[in-house]
Amino acid sequence: MPPTTPPQTPPHTPTSPTQPSFASSTDSPQQVSASTRSTSRRMSTQATPTISTSLASIPKSDFGYTQAQHLLGRAGLGGTPQQILALQQMGLDDAVDHLVEYESIPTNDALSNPSVNPDILRPPTDEERRAARRNRNQPISQAERDRLRAIRLQQLANDRTQMGDLERWWLSQFIMTPRPLEEKLVLLWHSHFASNHRTVRDSYLMIKQNVLFRNQAKNFPALARGIVHDPAMLKFLNNDRNNKRQPNENLAREIMELFTLGEGNYRENDIKQGARALTGYSVQDNEFRFYANQHDSGEKTILGQRGQFDGDDFVNILLQQKQTARFIAYKIYRHFVADVSDFTEDMPPYTQSVIAQLAKLVVRHKGDLNPILKTLFKSRHFYDTNIVGNKIKTPIELVVGTTRSLGSPPRDIDVLASAIEQMGQKLFDPPSVAGWTVGRGWINASTLYTRQNLAVYQITGKMPYQDQWNRSELGYDPMDLIATLPNRDNPSPEMVVDHLMAALLAGEQIRRARRAQLLEFMHSRTGPVNADRIVALLLLITALPEYQLC
Amino acid sequence: MAKSNKHQSAKQGHLHDHDHDHCEHHEHPSTHHSGRATIHPLTRREFLHNGLVMASTAAIVPAFLQRSAFAAAAQQPDQPVGAKPGVDEDRVLVIVELGGGNDGLNTVIPYGDDNYYRARPGIAIPAAQALRIDGSSRNGLGLHPNMTDMQSLANDGRMGVVLGAGYPNPNRSHFVSMDIWHTADPSGGRGLGWVGQSLDQKIQAYPNADHSTACIAIGNSVPLATQGKNAKALTFQNERLFQWVGGELHPELGRQYQKLNRTGNHIASTAGGNLDPVSSEASFLMRTSLDAQVASDRIRSAVAAGTLTSFPGGDLANQLRLVSAMIRANMPTRVYYTRLGGFDTHANQPNGHGQRLQQFSQAMGAFYRELDELGASDRVLTVAFSEFGRRVAQNASNGTDHGTAGPMFLFGPMARPGWLGQQPNLTKLDQGDLIHTVDFRSIYASILTDWLGVEQDRVLGQAFQPANVLNL
Repeated sequence: MPPTTPPQTPPHTPTSPTQPSFASSTDSPQQVSASTRSTSRRMSTQATPTISTSLASIPKSDFGYTQAQHLLGRAGLGGTPQQILALQQMGLDDAVDHLVEYESIPTNDALSNPSVNPDILRPPTDEERRAARRNRNQPISQAERDRLRAIRLQQLANDRTQMGDLERWWLSQFIMTPRPLEEKLVLLWHSHFASNHRTVRDSYLMIKQNVLFRNQAKNFPALARGIVHDPAMLKFLNNDRNNKRQPNENLAREIMELFTLGEGNYRENDIKQGARALTGYSVQDNEFRFYANQHDSGEKTILGQRGQFDGDDFVNILLQQKQTARFIAYKIYRHFVADVSDFTEDMPPYTQSVIAQLAKLVVRHKGDLNPILKTLFKSRHFYDTNIVGNKIKTPIELVVGTTRSLGSPPRDIDVLASAIEQMGQKLFDPPSVAGWTVGRGWINASTLYTRQNLAVYQITGKMPYQDQWNRSELGYDPMDLIATLPNRDNPSPEMVVDHLMAALLAGEQIRRARRAQLLEFMHSRTGPVNADRIVALLLLITALPEYQLC
Repeated sequence: MAKSNKHQSAKQGHLHDHDHDHCEHHEHPSTHHSGRATIHPLTRREFLHNGLVMASTAAIVPAFLQRSAFAAAAQQPDQPVGAKPGVDEDRVLVIVELGGGNDGLNTVIPYGDDNYYRARPGIAIPAAQALRIDGSSRNGLGLHPNMTDMQSLANDGRMGVVLGAGYPNPNRSHFVSMDIWHTADPSGGRGLGWVGQSLDQKIQAYPNADHSTACIAIGNSVPLATQGKNAKALTFQNERLFQWVGGELHPELGRQYQKLNRTGNHIASTAGGNLDPVSSEASFLMRTSLDAQVASDRIRSAVAAGTLTSFPGGDLANQLRLVSAMIRANMPTRVYYTRLGGFDTHANQPNGHGQRLQQFSQAMGAFYRELDELGASDRVLTVAFSEFGRRVAQNASNGTDHGTAGPMFLFGPMARPGWLGQQPNLTKLDQGDLIHTVDFRSIYASILTDWLGVEQDRVLGQAFQPANVLNL
């Protein structure tokens, strides 16, 4: 729950990139051209809607409960009616500061340090390698070979167990953290700089990468520089096999296509040259290691710049590009504001306009996300009625948000993790280097049922296969959800419906549209509103298709 | 590498609602009924229509949904879903995954090879018990004695056994090797699934068609094989979970849920501010929810209707019973994915393995008897595989450890019957393991090219000579 007094200005100062990054702020932002491909545009047959494209702050007096609910859903992971109210009472500026400058909030100590064994899959040290080489000519028996193979299989099994533990840890972190934006940013970078355990097959390297995303969550240049030193990524994209005799272009290509510039904003030769710059960037004993003898130290020409570049220089060149700022602005916009196409020409003009403005901010602030996110989370565009309640929750947002909104027990974390996987999202295992899908890509008939049915478990504690259920399994008092109502002992059905809809459904239009149906149900029952009726109402609200929206 | 969400996003760009016409089948108009041979898929139009009638909601379907379902269908020329001309679009592929690493040498018994008996003194199947296949020119091979149903299928010309299927540099980890089979990527099982990528091609070829039920996986996790860039399987353990379970708490909740999820017109007109109501995310969800109710009704009533023949018990038979029911109800589904686990037989193998094989065999027998009754056998190809076979020599616990190549099975009258390919040599081994005689990707290539009608090289990363395993 946010403190009711505004937090102090945090001691944290964002780290300035050591190198100049992005284009200088005096450059004019790239013009985003309007689409000519009317056939593939959603808005093509419609009149242009009136929607604010302004990043100017809304008037402070406009920050009501609805806006606080929206802010906590998008910049956070949802909250109880009391938490939303507390955020509203902080006022717009302090509420946004509270969420964005989360460094001032102490972490939950029980959860912040997962225990990790770094050596389950530790590769042999140089010393061990030398010993093995000395023994190479010794004949090896089938029994010995079987023994070694069994050890290896056991190690892989242990590693999967540890990955499962860490997955549970991270999911718990999502549910319990007092800094929800931190986890949301880590998830953004996990999907942006995507590697998966399925391929890397080393849980320690995966959590090490997670720590990079965590430590630099609001500093894009540091993330981009860090990722070419990140062992999981170097293994995932085969850069450990990139040497001057046989360059491997995988990492160089994805850095340009998926991490910085976006597809089509470079030439094949830039990839070749970038791959040369990255030669020798490898992994040794769980750590980054630069092998000078495998590095191509010759002159390269990348995006028009010439020099004896190494991998860090390559990244710095990419960070100077205005297109990188635009691409990152788009990714931030898609994560926090709306499920938009990754093709500029398929975006409606108002989206292009906002992304262009955000890109300017990325340039001006050299990739420091603190001021950018603050501006975004206060902006007229962010609170526009066309934005509120028009974005599909990711599985993590949905499941974590339900628990945080109800204040209910976290339940069995394995059940949650397995359901989230069924919904298409497994932490530490995005499907490919392109990361997870967005928006409608999450939804089909079976994921919709999984989404709705998991909420039944979260609200009641009843597993789908469980025939008998006792309300003692609730594990929380649903009446707490209406504790702030003035006449909480005998509230009217209208007050209860309005109160719970305001906390759980994003956007006034949706609430208006569903009010009569939910009230009809409440009126169909007799007697005072009690815990059972609240539970029933929660079940129906979370089963609305619109509950999938934030 | 995969590009980011291109198709998914492009899909968002379309109205995404008026695409229910893809199952039109010119050769077999759906009004034509003359006995069981005329089983054919309903058109999407009929599907939706019947679904809505079944749900008793036809009268209250919001106007925009009617437009999406019916008007749009009338506006667009009918077209089959196939990316390739000449491929019937009512063809179904059923995949049976045998999880744990099936011991191929105790499934297809090389009873004519003394090396087999020398390597497996405690667990070898006696030659007299191995089930022979009629008309097979190949001597010395027989099925495990528990596989009588599959022996009959082979003798009826409806089962082929591909011998020695595997891939180069085999991996003996269950997880890695399973990923390799699912992705058709022997370098480490990276990337997307082979079925998913095939269905991606269909989506790309027919972006306006509805592909939402193109693939159904029975179980509680989504098989990697079905994961496409855009294609996604419907996944459910059983029909009971393919609906909202909140109604089990109180019948009134179930009634309220139906009201809330089948009537979305309130939302469509208002949600999303002044944006186009049809394109708002709320109306997309409402449409999906309505589709889900229709599919749920349809699947649950299909399962409730039962089967024409009786099925044995057991996990795989239950799954194939569900699949049969859905085929009987003419679901417009191209691929069904099923799984049978328990093949990881490190110790005391004979009983457990024999039971698994019996389940497998009986389930397949029952499945094709049912399909025969439905008149649907001709359009259902089933392929069964395991992530690896097992070591040639048994271990000290009367079991076998992880190995390499093993048999694949193809079922249906379109399968070339009998023993296909070359049984691996039992003496020329690689570190105690069989050397594969056919790359499983060439079997996939045949299924992709000849059965599903998609471009195999775009799925497999390179063109394979399709194995000659289908009679088409």
